[in-house]
Amino acid sequence: MSTLTAPVEVEVREPEVYDDIEQERPWVVIVWNDPINLMSYVTLVFQKLFGFSLQKATRLMLQVHNDGKAVVSSGNREKSELDVARLHAHGLWATMQQD
Amino acid sequence: MLSRPQFQRKGDLVRINLEVHERLLLGELLDELEGLLDDPDDPELRRLFPPAYSDRADDEQYRSLVRDQLVSGRSKALATVRETLVGETLDLEQADQWLRALNDMRLVLGTRWDVTEQLDYGKLDLNEPRGRELAVYGYLSWLQEQLVEALQPS
Repeated sequence: MSTLTAPVEVEVREPEVYDDIEQERPWVVIVWNDPINLMSYVTLVFQKLFGFSLQKATRLMLQVHNDGKAVVSSGNREKSELDVARLHAHGLWATMQQD
Repeated sequence: MLSRPQFQRKGDLVRINLEVHERLLLGELLDELEGLLDDPDDPELRRLFPPAYSDRADDEQYRSLVRDQLVSGRSKALATVRETLVGETLDLEQADQWLRALNDMRLVLGTRWDVTEQLDYGKLDLNEPRGRELAVYGYLSWLQEQLVEALQPS
C-alpha cells in the first residue's frame, strides 16, 4: 500500500489571505488517457483508491479511454494533491486544476 | 501450452504459477528498474513521475513534496517482488506491490519505445532491441492482466 502522507502545506505555501474567492474554488483531479495502463488495472485502481463500485470505476475508466480524460475527484487543494499523488504512485497520468 | 493462469486467487492468498525462466526475466527487469530509480529525473521515468499542475512553479512545489515518497514507494514494491520472486504464494498486500511493480516496468518500457494502443505484436523484429523489449512489454501486459483479475474484489 501507499505510504504517502498528506503534504505539509503550511511549511511551503504562504497563506493568501486576500484571495478568499480563489481559495474557495474547488479543485478537480483529472485522469488522462494513455496507451500503457491497462483498462482493467485503471478500473481496479479507481476502486481501491476511491472506494468506487466496479460499475462506477468501469464507467470512469471508459470515460478516460473514450473521451481522453475524466474527473475522478474534487475538493480542496490539499485533498486533490493527495489524490493526485496516490494516482501517480499507481502509475496513472493524473493532473489537478481549479474548476 | 499454458493450462492455468499465472496468478490464482485462493482466499486471502495469490498463488504464483510462474516458470523459472519467467522469474529470471522478472529479476532482470527488477535490476534494471532499481538502477533507473537512482536517477528519478531520467526521461525514461517521466511516466512514473508525471506533472500534477500545468503551472511550472506549482508543479515544482508538488514534486518537492512528493518525489521522495513516490520513489520510496516504488522501491518498496520492487523489493517486495524481489523477496517473493522464488515463492509460491503472495498475500494480498504483496500481490498489490507486484501489481504496481509490473505496471512500473511496463511504463518504463512503453515510454522507452513510445508504445501506442495500436502496437502490432505480430510485426515485431526480435532481432532488434525494440522488438525484443516490446515482446517483453507484451508479456508483462499479459501477466499484469492476470494479476488484476486475481485481485479483482468479488
